[in-house]
This record gives sequence, C-alpha cells and structure tokens, in this order.
Amino acid sequence: MLKRIISAAALLASSVVLAAGPNIPLEKAPVDIRDTASLQRGFALYQNYCLACHQMQYQRYARSFRDLDIPEELGMENLMFTGERVGDHITNTMDPVDAAEWFGDAIPDLTNVARVRGPDWIYTYLKSFYKDESRPFGVDNDVFPMVGMPHVLQELQGVPYKAYETRLVDGQQTQVYVGIRTDGSGEMSEDEYDRAVADLVNYLVYTGEPYRLESERLGIKVLIFLAIFFVLAYLLKKEYWKDVH
Amino acid sequence: MKNLMNWIEYRLPVVEKMKIHMTQYPAPKNFNFWYFFGSLAIVVLVNQILTGIWLTMNYEPSAEGAFRSIEYIMRDVEYGWLLRYMHSTGASAFFVVVYLHMLRGMMYGSYQKPRELLWIFGMLIYLVLMAEAFMGYMLPWGQMSFWGAQVIISIFGVIPFIGDDLTLWIRGDYVISGATLNRFFALHVIALPLVLVILVFLHIMALHEVGSNNPDGIDTKRDKDDSSVPADAVSKFEFHDNFTKGGKKVIIDSIPFHPYYTVKDLVGLAGFLFLFAYVIFFMPEGGGYFLEAPNFELANPMKTPEHIAPVWYFTPFYAILRAVPNPLFGAIAMFAAILALALLPWIDRGKVRSIRYRCGLHKLNLVNFCISFVALGILGVLPATPLYTFLSQFFSFTYFGFFILLWFYSKNENTKPLPERLT
Repeated sequence: MLKRIISAAALLASSVVLAAGPNIPLEKAPVDIRDTASLQRGFALYQNYCLACHQMQYQRYARSFRDLDIPEELGMENLMFTGERVGDHITNTMDPVDAAEWFGDAIPDLTNVARVRGPDWIYTYLKSFYKDESRPFGVDNDVFPMVGMPHVLQELQGVPYKAYETRLVDGQQTQVYVGIRTDGSGEMSEDEYDRAVADLVNYLVYTGEPYRLESERLGIKVLIFLAIFFVLAYLLKKEYWKDVH
Repeated sequence: MKNLMNWIEYRLPVVEKMKIHMTQYPAPKNFNFWYFFGSLAIVVLVNQILTGIWLTMNYEPSAEGAFRSIEYIMRDVEYGWLLRYMHSTGASAFFVVVYLHMLRGMMYGSYQKPRELLWIFGMLIYLVLMAEAFMGYMLPWGQMSFWGAQVIISIFGVIPFIGDDLTLWIRGDYVISGATLNRFFALHVIALPLVLVILVFLHIMALHEVGSNNPDGIDTKRDKDDSSVPADAVSKFEFHDNFTKGGKKVIIDSIPFHPYYTVKDLVGLAGFLFLFAYVIFFMPEGGGYFLEAPNFELANPMKTPEHIAPVWYFTPFYAILRAVPNPLFGAIAMFAAILALALLPWIDRGKVRSIRYRCGLHKLNLVNFCISFVALGILGVLPATPLYTFLSQFFSFTYFGFFILLWFYSKNENTKPLPERLT
C-alpha cells in the first residue's frame, strides 16, 4: 500500500513537471500534406524508428498505403515487419506495464499527436535533444524537460550537445548558449536531419486527419454550390417581395 | 383526390394548421438581418438530430471503447468524418445562432409584455442546450471531456449539505467513470433532445399566439375602430381569422410568413451554410475553440491537462464562477447571471420595446452588456492570473450592472415618440 502511495505521489510529481511548457520558442514546421514523397519518407522513418515503442493504433496500414500511393506489395515487404495483415492497425507488441517500468510512464499513441501538440512542437522537440549524462538515457530535451524518451534518431543526427561560446558581456567573460551542435557521427548532415524530421512531422500531421485533403476537395465543391444557391435564393426572394413593396 | 383531402381535413385539419402557422400567419414586413437566427436555430437543431442519429450507429458508449469508436467513425466509416464534424461544428454554431437570437430579443424588447412566457421558454431551451452540449462534449472521452466534466460536476459539490451526495448521484460513481459516460450518453441522445424539441414546439406555439415583435417594437394588430390607423396601412394580404379575431382586429404592415419569409430565410440559410461549411471542411477545430487540442488524447484520470478551459460557449459564465473567491458564492453568481436574463421581462419596466426609441442610456447599457459578455467569454478561456481574475471581477460587475441600471432607469424612461406604422 505504502509503495502504491509513493508511486502515485511520484506520478503526480512527474505530471507536474510534464505540465511545464517548453522553455524555448517553437520552430515553424514546414508541413505540406500534399507532398506525397515527403509523407512516404516520414512513414518509413516512423516504421523504423518510432513504432517499436509508439503505436499508431487508429491508423491502418492499408490506409497509409492507399493515401500515400504506396503499392500494397511494396509496402508489405518494406514497411510491415511482424506479419500483420494489410488491414490491421499500426500497432506494436510492447506491454504497457513493461513500458511504464522501462520509461517511467505509459507510452503515448501517436496517431493524433500532431493534433494534440501541434506540428511545430513535434518538429522543435525532435531537434532539441541534447547530451545530458545525468538523465537515464543520457539525453534531455528543452521542449520537454526531464523527458523519459531516449534520442532514437541519434544515429541519424549524431550526438547532439549544447554548445557554449565564451563571449564578453558587460566586460565579463561569460559562457553564452549558442544552440545545439552535433559531434558529426550521424548518418545525416544538419540539413538532411531537419528534412527527415520535417518528413516525419508531415506524416504525423497526415495521420491526425487522413481525410484532410478529401475534406478540402469536397469542401470547395460544396462552397461553390452554396454560393450559386445564395444568388438563386436572393433572386427568388427579390421576385417574391415585389408584391410587398 | 379532393374527397380524400376533405376526409383527412375533417379528421385532422392539416391545411387549416398550415394556414394558421404558415400561409396566413401575419409577420411584420420589416424583419431585418437579426430575424434570420430563429429559423437558423431550427436548421441547426435538425442538423444535430440527424447527424447525431448517424453517429450513434457507430459510437460505443463505454470508457474502454468511446475514444476508439470516435476514431473509427472519423477514419473507417464512409463520410464519418463529415458527420462528426457537422455535429461538433453544429454544437458551436447552435450557440452562435442562439446568442445572436437572444441579442435580437434584447435589442427590440421582444421579451416585454405580452411575450414574457415566450422568453421564458427560450431561456429554458438555452438551459437544456447547455446541458445537452456539456454531456455531448463528454462522449468522445478525451482529456478535455474528462477534465471539463470534472470541473463542471464539481460545481454542484459546493452546495451545502447535499453537495457531495449530489455529485455522487450525478456521476453514478465516486469518480467520473464509464458509469458517468453511459448515463450522459443516454441523456444526450434521447432525454434532453426530447425535452429540447418539446420546448422548441412550445416556444413557437407561444410565439404564434402573441405574434412576432418587430424592429420598431410597436403592435401590428390594432382594433378595427382605432382611428389612428391609416387606411393604406392595413395589410392587403389575407390572414387567418385567428389573428383578426373574426374581423375585430386589423393587421397593419404585415405579410404572410409563407412564402415571403420562407424565401427570405432561404437567403439567410444559404449565407449561414456557406460559413458553416467553411468551418466543417477547412477548419473543423475552429482554432482550438470548437474542438480543443487535449481532446484528441484519450482521457487519463492520472494526468491533469496544463490548462482546463470549457468550450467557448460556457466561458462567460465560467469566468463569473472563477471571479468570486468563495466557490459557493461563485456558483450562485454564475446561476444568477443566467437567472437575471430569464427575469428580463420583469427587470425591464419600460413601456417602449425597441432600442430605436429608447433613451441613450439604454443604448449604452446594452453595449455595456455585450462588451461584458464577450470580455467574460475571453477571460473564461484564459488562465486565472491575478490580472485576469481582477478583469473577470470587473466585467462580472458590469454584467450585473446592466440589469441593475435597467431596473432603475426603465421605470421613468425618457423615450422617443413611437411611429404609428412600421418604418
């Protein structure tokens, strides 16, 4: 019982920390859900780097394949790893109890994450990991301080660290934070990494509302119809009201 | 065919009722923009009922399945996203329309004698609508569904002696749970809509009994031997005997509701639908005000959202609630804010209805009311910092000030002369 109270208190305390917003301004994510190539790259990144922990339990493989113009056989060969069927939801097999033990909290589903956090938050978050040996996974994040997630994209980005420069401020030599740099051990250059993160964010924006483009296509037709209907209704009204005036 | 019509008419006078309520119902001819919102409210009500029926076909009212079933509707049901956005946007549209409809009533004194009961039915509709919207917002079982409900149900907990038992009774559990969700579902899909439809019916019946007010706020039904009625003012259209009292009354400057206002309302409907469709298809989240971002995350009783704000249409009253330091008095102030509106017919002791002919102070006072209401609405979505709390207190004061001032100056108000006819 005592153990339970302590863990509940710890959870409460951690949720207070989680509630603190990002302490750096968010960068604008270059989102374009019409860019199918970007969505495809984002999908591939998701399957390879995110899915092991983060489920996407409301999105089906078949839906992503169809919307992103990926032929089913190609998708099944390259983007499905554990023998699911194409109509299945994009899930993993991690036990939530294990997850809570390993990472300190339940691991959020990411289907709607772009609608919850906003694309700019995710974009900046994925670019804000930095080396911090005091944390369990050796990294912390300025957008989500005390984060329980390791920097899974490290092999792409390289080891990021907070860079300081010595500058003269008010006649004093001061260490000034100049941003996050990497040690160059990553597979990607800085620009390539930004592009990859943007692709991933783009894909998450798509999964939040897979019907977004369909909605806008239909919406234009409906608005044009209503505009014409408005004119007709107005003319009809004018015709009838000749009797009144 | 004619025999069949007569046969039915003898047993159920459908045609007669159509005449009374549509084709021979006298409506003042000077209805302006503000008179669109009554018929629009009916359109939105029908939209909510129809889309709601289709949503229930795939919705699963349980704590385990609700969130998933909404995502199922949005992603796997054909045009499910459209039905759901029509319903969620419809909820906000309903309040936009109803608030403008109420403001119309306040501007032209439509609550004054003899339309007090009509106004009371309207206020009851508004109350039921708030309950309906609140319970509907819980059904997606997202973070804001859960925590918003937590806040609102806890308001009832401040009532002395019975508060705790009352919240327990409302929730059906010691915490908000699947039991709460299930009963809210039942109330949302059948009990409250039924009450709503009955109240709307009574609202319209009460309206047709006393007749519509108009932007000039003068009576359009005059005694036949009233010498002040010019001959050319008498309407050339045929109205039902119900309204002319078998020829004892004359009706001036009026036109039959159908076809004149049905075609006019069609124009308003087209304009409204254009805006409505724009939101549905292009910005269904309404900038985070119609669908709040935390609600795309499954309800989690262990994790309080950073900032709990009710949906926009509740925020003026929420701001009043938070403005008062004592929770009990805060809740009383909140309900008083709604009650004051319901009592308008008796708080306003003026004899002149329309703002066009009332004193300058009344015009300023109504502007004060609108500013206070909107300001409270904005403050209700913001976090309760000391400055915002002070502003909420200030605007709560000016909100209630509207009613207090009105009571005093309306008794012997310096009004402008009323016109003989509609302008």
